[in-house]
Order: sequence, then structure tokens, then C-alpha cells
Amino acid sequence: MRTWIEKQLYLIDFALASLARKKAKHFGLLLLFAALVFVLASVSLYTHALRRETQSLLAASPEIVLQRLVAGRHDLIPPGYLERLGTIRGVQKIQPRLWGYYYDAVVKANYTFMVAPDMAIARGEIVVGPALMRARGLAPGNGVSFRSYTGELFTFIVGDVLPQASELVSADLVLMHEADFRAFFKYPEGHYTDVALSIANPQEVKNVAKKLLNQLPDSRPILREEVLRTYASLFDWREGLMLALLSAAILAFVIFAWDKAAGLSAEERREIGILKAIGWETGEVLSMKSWEAILIALAAFLVGYLAAYLHVFHQHAFLFEPVLKGWAVLYPRFALPPHIDGLQIATLFFFTVVPYVAATLVPIWRAATIDPDAAMRL
Amino acid sequence: MIFQPAILALILAAVLSLAMLTGAFPFAVQVIRHWDVTSGSERQLMLERRTYLFSTLVAFVCLLQLFSTLLYVFTADKLAVMFVGAMCAVGSLNVNPFGFPTLYLQLSIFFLAAIWLVLNHADNQARDYPLVRIKYAYLIALWPFLAANLWLMLSYFLALKADVITSCCGSLFSEGSSALAAEISTLAPLPAMAIFFGGLLFAIGAAFWHWRLGGDFSGYLTTVGAASGFAAALIGILSFLSLYIYEHPHHHCPFCILQPEYGYLGYALYLPLFAATASGLAVGVLRLFSRRPSLISIIARLSARLAGFTAIVFLLFAVLSSLIVLRSRLYLFS
Amino acid sequence: MIELSGIRKVFNQGRHNEFCALSSIDLTIPAQRITVLKGPSGSGKTTLLTILGLLARPTEGRVKLLGEAVSGLPERFLTEIRRKTFGFVFQQFHLLRGLSALENVILPAYPLGLPRRELLAKGEALLARLRLDQRRNARIEWLSGGEQQRVAICRALINDPQVLIADEPTANLDTRLAKEFLAILESLAEEKRTIVLTSHDPLIVESSLCDRIVSMRDGRIIEIYDRR
Repeated sequence: MRTWIEKQLYLIDFALASLARKKAKHFGLLLLFAALVFVLASVSLYTHALRRETQSLLAASPEIVLQRLVAGRHDLIPPGYLERLGTIRGVQKIQPRLWGYYYDAVVKANYTFMVAPDMAIARGEIVVGPALMRARGLAPGNGVSFRSYTGELFTFIVGDVLPQASELVSADLVLMHEADFRAFFKYPEGHYTDVALSIANPQEVKNVAKKLLNQLPDSRPILREEVLRTYASLFDWREGLMLALLSAAILAFVIFAWDKAAGLSAEERREIGILKAIGWETGEVLSMKSWEAILIALAAFLVGYLAAYLHVFHQHAFLFEPVLKGWAVLYPRFALPPHIDGLQIATLFFFTVVPYVAATLVPIWRAATIDPDAAMRL
Repeated sequence: MIFQPAILALILAAVLSLAMLTGAFPFAVQVIRHWDVTSGSERQLMLERRTYLFSTLVAFVCLLQLFSTLLYVFTADKLAVMFVGAMCAVGSLNVNPFGFPTLYLQLSIFFLAAIWLVLNHADNQARDYPLVRIKYAYLIALWPFLAANLWLMLSYFLALKADVITSCCGSLFSEGSSALAAEISTLAPLPAMAIFFGGLLFAIGAAFWHWRLGGDFSGYLTTVGAASGFAAALIGILSFLSLYIYEHPHHHCPFCILQPEYGYLGYALYLPLFAATASGLAVGVLRLFSRRPSLISIIARLSARLAGFTAIVFLLFAVLSSLIVLRSRLYLFS
Repeated sequence: MIELSGIRKVFNQGRHNEFCALSSIDLTIPAQRITVLKGPSGSGKTTLLTILGLLARPTEGRVKLLGEAVSGLPERFLTEIRRKTFGFVFQQFHLLRGLSALENVILPAYPLGLPRRELLAKGEALLARLRLDQRRNARIEWLSGGEQQRVAICRALINDPQVLIADEPTANLDTRLAKEFLAILESLAEEKRTIVLTSHDPLIVESSLCDRIVSMRDGRIIEIYDRR
């Protein structure tokens, strides 16, 4: 065993020296490989971070959101509707909510107006999301006017700006007092947009939803779990699509790697011939060449992954943002919390290192089986 | 199908393994028909050179299978969020009837490839390569396994459909889909413990016997022991070890122990278990050829060493499992 | 030491450019003697040397090394025997460019997995013996022809072989260096090593050091002359 390890160390030693001696040949390959890893890893890191971000945001949202349907369309919750619910076991809290969309012609963007039930906002004041603040150039204390759908002009004072941390969802948010909301939208008194239900025991969620449907047949309960699942598959789908598109690049790289490994220069052929003549066995040359391939692959993977990490978490993934985030006018500008996931690294590894090593196996073998007496005939 | 990168990676790995073995197929036939080690003809030299390629390929496939088995379990675990009622990998593997068979087949291929590598190692030390035909017939026999693996895996992944909200904001909270069998049926802890420690003891004993004293009978017994030790270990993990690790009296999942929440304990259990089982299985297979003149001393040495490895690693596994039980804050027996 | 019987070597068998390099060779290489294969170029000396040195397998015939038949062995075992028994000095030296003299010398021992310190000490001792200790860290392409050959000899000796094989060792040397080589040869012969050379350099062929001279032509042995 010790001899074996010592031997592998010698082989690695030789592989490193031989890589160093042929810098020009391997540098291009390394660079291309690292670039490939960089692109794939950026896509992967970015979607993973987005997914986690939505997950952590949804974790704080209610287990069930209840909407009312009229003719299959979302409608307001009328007064007295909730009383029909009565008490359902397992429901901790029932919270009617008020929210709506507003199109701002000034910046050509949609805002979400919302009444924050657990936030004390004075009448005439609003709390805005950071993206909106940037778009309209606002600061706390400034006044801002919105023309309502009836044509009236309303002016609000910006009381506060929401924290940057949750910018993905709060970017376009405008929080206001209930009375302001109803006045702005001419929202009928006693009506609500929808109802949030908090449920303590996750196992009960389905039962509660069933009971809701029984008692209020015109309602539509939306489960948080379903939303999570939908988002997850959406992100997976996007990432998968990107990878499928990039598979052409992987294939091209694999062919390039094959070609590079197969095209032995006369110098390399001579070296392997000499090694075999002075007593290296085919298996040993094979190991040495494999170490070469492994070292290149690992180095490229490391460099590419590191670059992708910096790109996504420190440079806001500026290269892919438009493709992966979707096309909202108010871009959330948020720093994704750095996150590394084992499955994700393993997947990337399968996509890059495995095809590379597989592509170089045959050329490596071909090189290693040069006849030992070739050196005599040189 | 769920379009997911890890799924694509797994399919890629399965395709790659199958393609490699398919490429080896005509060569394997050539070896079986034309191999003549005493000849100095160019064809023989070419065949000999090719054997280097194919042992490298099989080693690659073996490693690939090991990693893709792990990746498969991870992926299944991550997919659980997509299916109503699935809490972890067990749930997602039960979504359709192909999930678990794929896992079993992946593991079998790993073991079969590992045994091939052991045979190859022994054969490469004998000056007349006595097992060369057997090895390449074995390689041909491995092909259907890899083909079936790809087919099962594709069937599993293609049939997956996430329970997602379908119409725009429309809620379909999947009332139609029946609840998944989220748990595997298990034994009561006490009989399971008896089977667990009994099986391991048998495996360790047989391997130890072969390690110290050698002989064909103890070699075959080591293989039987490794197989039963493996089965016993799985039963133990399902029936009580998982409970002690999760410190929860009803969570029997054999996969969640791979998660960081449990300190990656699963790796410390599964990797030694797989290694010990593979080497134990190989011992008996080696002993089948212990009477070939050029292999007598090689196999005697190799099978004893493998048996020693098997005994020690199974022992470590048993010690680790006992420690888990003892250090857990869960008490199944008062 | 080495016995060859009925050796035939055919290249490109079965193809239109089939070529028989050696036929019906029977030859014994005596242990602890210097044997020289001589003959014009194309006479099969080098091919015979590759078969003697287990670098290649004969198409037909048997090779025995110390009484053991080795000609039918697969390459893996041939290599194992070869690297423990033979050291080679090639006509063009065949040193690896970009590596130092010392690295070149210890290269054949890499697969044996010796502890590094032991191996380095061995390499340095050999270089010192051939007066190359000052040049041990110099890159191989910076050395003169004579120095390169001495490095090649050190490399051939690193695994302490019983048999040293050299192909046209003086072809690339001037007379002064060729004489120097003969001196090294003499010191190696005194260590009871078996030495096989190919050469048509009269300086070697006519030297009194050589015990057995084998004349070849067209792939056959035409004369074996023993000096003692």
C-alpha cells in the first residue's frame, strides 16, 4: 500500500512537471474548460440562490390563502363571508387582506399596493420598496403623487423604505393605511381582497382546505406548499433549459478535449516511448496520463466554480440576470445570500468533469500503448 | 418529466456507462475467440493492449455507478417537494414503480463492477492471464444490466409529474392523487436488532475465518456472510438505526441520514458498508478459481486480504451503529 | 545469461509491407561478459537488441533469461522483469528535455515506488560516480553530448541492473569521448555486469575489452567470435 501511494505520488509529480513543460498546449484547454464550468456554475448557483430566496420568503407566508371566485374569476370577499366559515379546528388565525395593483405611467411599472395589518402606518403616509424608491428617486419624508384609477390625484408622504434584504418580493411594494387604500381604489367598505389562514400543524393543512371548500363552495384555497412546488419546478425548468441549451457547448468542449488529447505531438510520443523503454509499464503511463487529465479537470473546475461564485454573489450575476430573473421593469437589485449545495456541485461535476475524463480515456490509452521498442527505432 | 439538471446528469452518466460497455462488446467477443497468450502475433499484441483500455473503462463505470447512486438518492430527496405527501427520498422513489428498482439495479451494477475489478486484479498478476475469457464473458453479461439501468431510470424520470398549480393561479390541490407510501414497512426494533447484529456477526465471523485460515469453503461462506451482512445492515438501518439517528420513534427513512442535519452520518454508514460488502462478495467469486495453477498463491493472498478488509470494515460498521444507539437520546426500550 | 533459439521477427505481418527483420537466430549471451553485435545498418542488430532486452517479443522462437522462458509473457510481466534486469543506453540518449539531470536519472525508478530520499541519494551517488555531481540540477538540454551520455548511463544503472544494453554508444561521440566511454565500460565490467552493445565503431569492436563479437547481416548471424 505504501509503495502504491509512493508510486502514485511519483506519477503525479511527473504529470505536474509535464503539464508545466507544455504550458501553451494545456493553458488554452484549461481556460476553455474553466469558462464552461463558469457558465454552468453561474446558472446553477444563481437559480439555486433564487430558489432558496423564494423558499425562505414563502416560509413566512400563510399556509393557506383563500380567494373567492365568481364565474371562475377572482372576486372580492363580501362582508359576512368570513362569518360563514365559523370555527375550523386547527386554524390559528384568520386574517383578511387588502391589496391591489397600480400602474405608474411615470416609470411605466406596476406596483403592488397593500395594507400591512401588523405595521402601524399613519394616514397619508406610505412605506415603499427599495426598487420603487430608486425608480422615483425618493427618500423618507418626500411626497409622492399617484393618479388613481378615477383620475383623482393622491399625495402621500414616504414614511419609510423597506429593508434591502427581502428585495426580491418587496421591490415594487407600497404599504399604506387601510383608509387610504379604500379611498384610493374606491374599495367598497367591508370587502377584502382575500383571506390568509395560518395553520399550526402542517399535517392539518389539507384537511382545513377540504373543510373550506365544503363550507364555501365558491372559494379557492391556495396552499403554500403548492406555491412552493410550483416555484421549485419553475426554477428547475429554467435551469434545466439553460443546461440543455448549454449541452451543445459541453459537447463541443468534449470534442475539443478529445481532439486535444488524441493529437499527440511528436515530442509527447517520443517521451512516452522513452518512458516505456526505460521500464514504465503501460498501466503506469496510463495512470500518469490520467493524473494529468484529472489535475486539469480539477483545476478548471475549481477556477470556474470560484469565478462563478464571485460572479453570482458579488457581481449580482450581471451576465445572466435578464435571462433568468424574468422581465420586470423594476429590477430587484439584491445580493443573494451565498449558498453552496452539495447536490449542485455533484451535478456540475457530472456535467463537466465526467464527460471530459470519458473523452480523454481512449486517447490516453492510445498514447500509453506505444510499443516499448519504439524508442530504439526513433 | 421534470426537467432538472441532476436528472439530466444521471441520464448522462447512465448513457455514458452503457455506451462504454457497448464499445467494449465487439472486443470482448474477439478476446473470447482469439486470445492466445503464448502467441507473439500482432493480433495478440493488439488484444493485450486493448485489455488495458477495458479495465480502465470498467473502473470508470464502477466509480460512475457509485457516484450516480448517491446522486440518484439526493435527487430523489430533493424532488420530494414536488409531490404531495412525499416527505423525503422514499416518497419520491415511490411515486412510480420504477423508482426503487432503479436504485437496486444501480447498487447491483456497482457490486458487479467491483467484483470484476477484483477478478481483473488477480488475473493481471498471473503470468498466463488465466481468467481472460471469463472476464470478458462477464463484461458481456454486464451489458444487459447497464441497458436495463438506463431503461428503468428513463422510465422513472419520464413518468414523474410534479403536482403543481396548473392554470394561472388556479388551485388544484391534487385531491385526486393518492397519498404516497412515505415510509417503508419495517420490523419491530427488537427482532430487527437481533437480525442486524446476528447478520453482522456472521459476516465478520466468516470473513475472519477466511482471513486467518483460508480455504474454499470459508471463502464461499464469506460471500454468503457479506450478502447477509449487507441485508441485515439495511434492515437495521430501516428498522431502528434511523430512529436512533433522527431521535424520532416513527421516522424510518434510510436516506435522510445523508443530509447535513444529521451530520452526514449516512456516508459514514453507507460507504464502509458498500466497500465491505463488495470486497466480501468478491472473496467467494475469487475462490471459484483458486485451483488454477498460476492463480493458487495469488488468490490465496488476495482473498485473505479482502476477507480481512471485509471483517474489519464490517466490525467498524457494527461499532459505529452501536455507538449511535448508545449515544442517542431516544429510548425504544425502557 | 540470455539464450535465444529460433528467433524470427516479422513486422507488419500479413500486410503488403511485411518485412522479416530477423530469422533463425540462435545466440547465447554469456553472463559477466561484454558482447558486441556488429554489422552494417539494416542488418537487424537493433531489432535483436530489443528482443534480447525484452523490449519486444519475437514473432517466433524462445527467449530464456537465467534459464527461465520469458518470450511468451505478456507485456506487463516482461516490463517487470526488464526493469529489474536491464539498463538501456540509447543511441540518441533519449533524455527528457525540460527535466534536470537528476530527474532524468531517477525516472526509471518512479514505478517502483521507493522512498523519495533513498531514490534521490541513489541518483546523486551515480551522478557523482560519473563526475556529474556539479551538473545534477542542470536542465538536460544545457549539457554537452558527452555529459548527456553519462547521464543516460546513470539512468540505465539506477535500478542496479545485471545487464546493460547500449545501442551504438559511440556513434555520436568524438574519439576522446569514445575512449572515455570505454573506460566507463571497463569499470562496469569489473562490477561483474553483463554488457551487450551494438556497434560498428572499430574503437569498440577491436577493443580487447569485448569478449564475444557477433557479426550480423540481413537479419542473420554470420559469425560468432570469442576472444577468450
